[in-house]
Amino acid sequence: MSELSVLIGGKAGFGIDKASLIIASLVSRLGYRIYINRDYPSLIRGGHTFSIIRASTEKVFAHRDSIDVLLALNQETVEIHKSRLKSASILIYDSDLTVSHPITCVKYAANIPLSTIIKEEHAEEVMRNTCIIGAFAKSVGIEWDVLSAIIKEFFPKEIEQNLKVARRAFDAAKEFTKIDRSSRDRLPLVTGNEATALGLIRGGLESYISYPMTPTSPILHYLASLSEEVGVKVIHPESEISVIMMALGMAYCGEKVAVGTSGGGFCLMTEGLSFSGMAELPVVIVLGQRPGPSTGLPTYSCQTDLHFALNAGQGEFTRFVIAPGDAEEAYSAALLALNIAWKYQIPAIVLTDKAMGEGYYSFDMEMCGDIKETLPLAWDRKDPYKRYSMTETGISAVAFPSEKDAIIKVNSYEHDESGLSIEDAATTIKMQDKRLRKEKYLAMELEGRECVGVYGNKKSATALLCWGSNKGVCIEVADALGLKVIQPVVISPFPIKEFKKSMDGIKKLIAVENNATGQLARLIGGHGISVNETILKYDGRNFGVEELTDRVRKVIG
Amino acid sequence: MRDLGTTAKNTWCPGCGNFAILNAVKSVLKDLNSEGLPIENVVLVSGIGCNSKISDYVNVNSFYSLHGRVIPPATGIKVANPGLKVIGHSGDGDAYGEGIEHLIFAAKRNIDITYIVHNNRVYGLTTGQYTPTSPEGYKGRSTPFGAKEMPMNPLEVMLASGATFIGRSTSRAIDGLKTMIKDAIAHKGFSIIDVLQTCVTYYNMYDYYDKRVYEIKDHDPYDYDQAMKKIREWDYNKDAGIPIGVFYRKESPTYEGGFASCKASGSDREAVVRKILKEKV
Repeated sequence: MSELSVLIGGKAGFGIDKASLIIASLVSRLGYRIYINRDYPSLIRGGHTFSIIRASTEKVFAHRDSIDVLLALNQETVEIHKSRLKSASILIYDSDLTVSHPITCVKYAANIPLSTIIKEEHAEEVMRNTCIIGAFAKSVGIEWDVLSAIIKEFFPKEIEQNLKVARRAFDAAKEFTKIDRSSRDRLPLVTGNEATALGLIRGGLESYISYPMTPTSPILHYLASLSEEVGVKVIHPESEISVIMMALGMAYCGEKVAVGTSGGGFCLMTEGLSFSGMAELPVVIVLGQRPGPSTGLPTYSCQTDLHFALNAGQGEFTRFVIAPGDAEEAYSAALLALNIAWKYQIPAIVLTDKAMGEGYYSFDMEMCGDIKETLPLAWDRKDPYKRYSMTETGISAVAFPSEKDAIIKVNSYEHDESGLSIEDAATTIKMQDKRLRKEKYLAMELEGRECVGVYGNKKSATALLCWGSNKGVCIEVADALGLKVIQPVVISPFPIKEFKKSMDGIKKLIAVENNATGQLARLIGGHGISVNETILKYDGRNFGVEELTDRVRKVIG
Repeated sequence: MRDLGTTAKNTWCPGCGNFAILNAVKSVLKDLNSEGLPIENVVLVSGIGCNSKISDYVNVNSFYSLHGRVIPPATGIKVANPGLKVIGHSGDGDAYGEGIEHLIFAAKRNIDITYIVHNNRVYGLTTGQYTPTSPEGYKGRSTPFGAKEMPMNPLEVMLASGATFIGRSTSRAIDGLKTMIKDAIAHKGFSIIDVLQTCVTYYNMYDYYDKRVYEIKDHDPYDYDQAMKKIREWDYNKDAGIPIGVFYRKESPTYEGGFASCKASGSDREAVVRKILKEKV
């Protein structure tokens, strides 16, 4: 077996996330590469929540719609997901809770009395998940030693009881198949959010400020947990308005700072974004998309804020927008965004989404490229300091309080080189040109980097056009169907030359997006390139491999 | 000491109460500088409104922010560099209207900054509308038939929110104002001074204040109940004596102090990241 998809489902509060991570760690330890797709509603207890853990000998970035193993902690999970089962799939369920036993839908079914085991072992109800994992390990031929080692790591405080309940289910289950072992190096399991946080840390992050909002709150939690170890100040203030304005106060003092939010919080940040553009105060904004308008589907995924990220904030100013497509790209995007924000003294937006932010990936640091932290242009102390001194590139040297002899004035009003407010026409033009000039130099610098990913069959005349978290699923589908994939990673300044080059020989361009209007298609339309077909999905769920394959087949005929 | 003036042309109306505050601030900064405070350690933060032009008029570091957004950057600046003296300037619309949420949190956190509110009880720069501290029935351009709401007593809000230095002064009481600003800057924690100043163009209150303002005496600023009683003597609405002076003081840990353990140590971040990843294998 070179690939395995496991779905574990139940109610929120059953510990599905932890269980899925344990399962992923189990198979990861056997040398597999992992991707976890997480689906949960916006509530604390109840509802239906599930994770699909896909393990493969090759690196994977997308889930399959069909599954090999279904771990059902309640009846509802069986009902909702039985259509995903194949005839050779394995179904493991709690025979104490599942009323109608749907054994007939699969060849291999194991009814384990999870609740009885829990009761007899005087364990907590939440340990049903450890229990079902015991049955899972047995059913796919994972040895008890491998499982018990993982359980010990995940439950350092309740080792004995977890081992007991897992062992009972392990013994009660049958081995239906034997998962292969691989001698490959193990890779760490990292969410897109964690990869983003690590990229920021690598880029020299000194402060992170955020108001909790799905799907980026995990960055806040993660950096807060690391704050003392790494030396990053983490602040959760009263609102997103405060978040970005506090961040700009820190940037004024020379602190490398990032903020994180989703669409609703970004709405509140737009005045600060515009101020960042005007005052030339660098900030990195991690914008994790979730379906809107308004509160929308808080815990689901989409790609609806591309144009919002590009156009938010009054006035015209230079911004960097980057949309990474997986954990490695999230890491390098965050690092690059910090570097560019500081070098050009502009706001930089890392545009992610729930699917990528909260999805788990086997993370390969060696794929992240070699980006080093860069330092901004410092004042040489030769001429009297002017915060907005005129230069060819538009980039002025920085100094921070309490630099001696420098008077550092930043200003939200139009201002002169020294930062004093002005209203005259000539200075207005001069300063507006200065700020916009930075975009030209930024675009030139980016020409030296790969800003558009090209994958799949590079000779194909048909290409899937995608961005962000659809990268992985598009590559997989394109590989299977012999198509090319074009994925712009940098969105602003748009790498038009490189994009046009990637379009060489393309006769049919199919946009694949998680939105209802085709936002990237519209963006490239503005550059005179039109797509032939659009495959749009806006139900809050990211594409599975089979679903996208079917839809692509329909449009390629 | 360098000249604290700038080349910017002052555009306040003749007779504006802001001049007195500007002069008081400059004079205090000169004093502090002569007492050993390096002038480069000072950062002024201002919002938007006539008062906030002070950023253009004082030749020190300044962060000329957005309307209502003085506290957040001032907080960020102080947390990033606790060695700085951060002095915020807002009008009453900026501080008590658009920025009230931040103000309450500044008091709650006891961030060590000084906040000077130029309270003329009218929007000047937007040409004469009522503010959170205008009296009920105030006839401004947005309320031609009279404001339909009561003013707030911002100092009562500040006391309830945890501010550790609360004072009121006026742009007429120039010596008292200077002393109070100096005390507020020296205070370790969040200090706020509500300065009743006068907009000569839209709401000339010079005579009104002259008749009612008095300096508080025999008052213990460390006594919360006394402070509350004194603050409530005048509710910004009905006729009453208007006490000025320091109402409340308290020594309390400051917000920025809580970040001492999160110092970026100049560590090798690549190594840090690799170590974190190793633990996730």
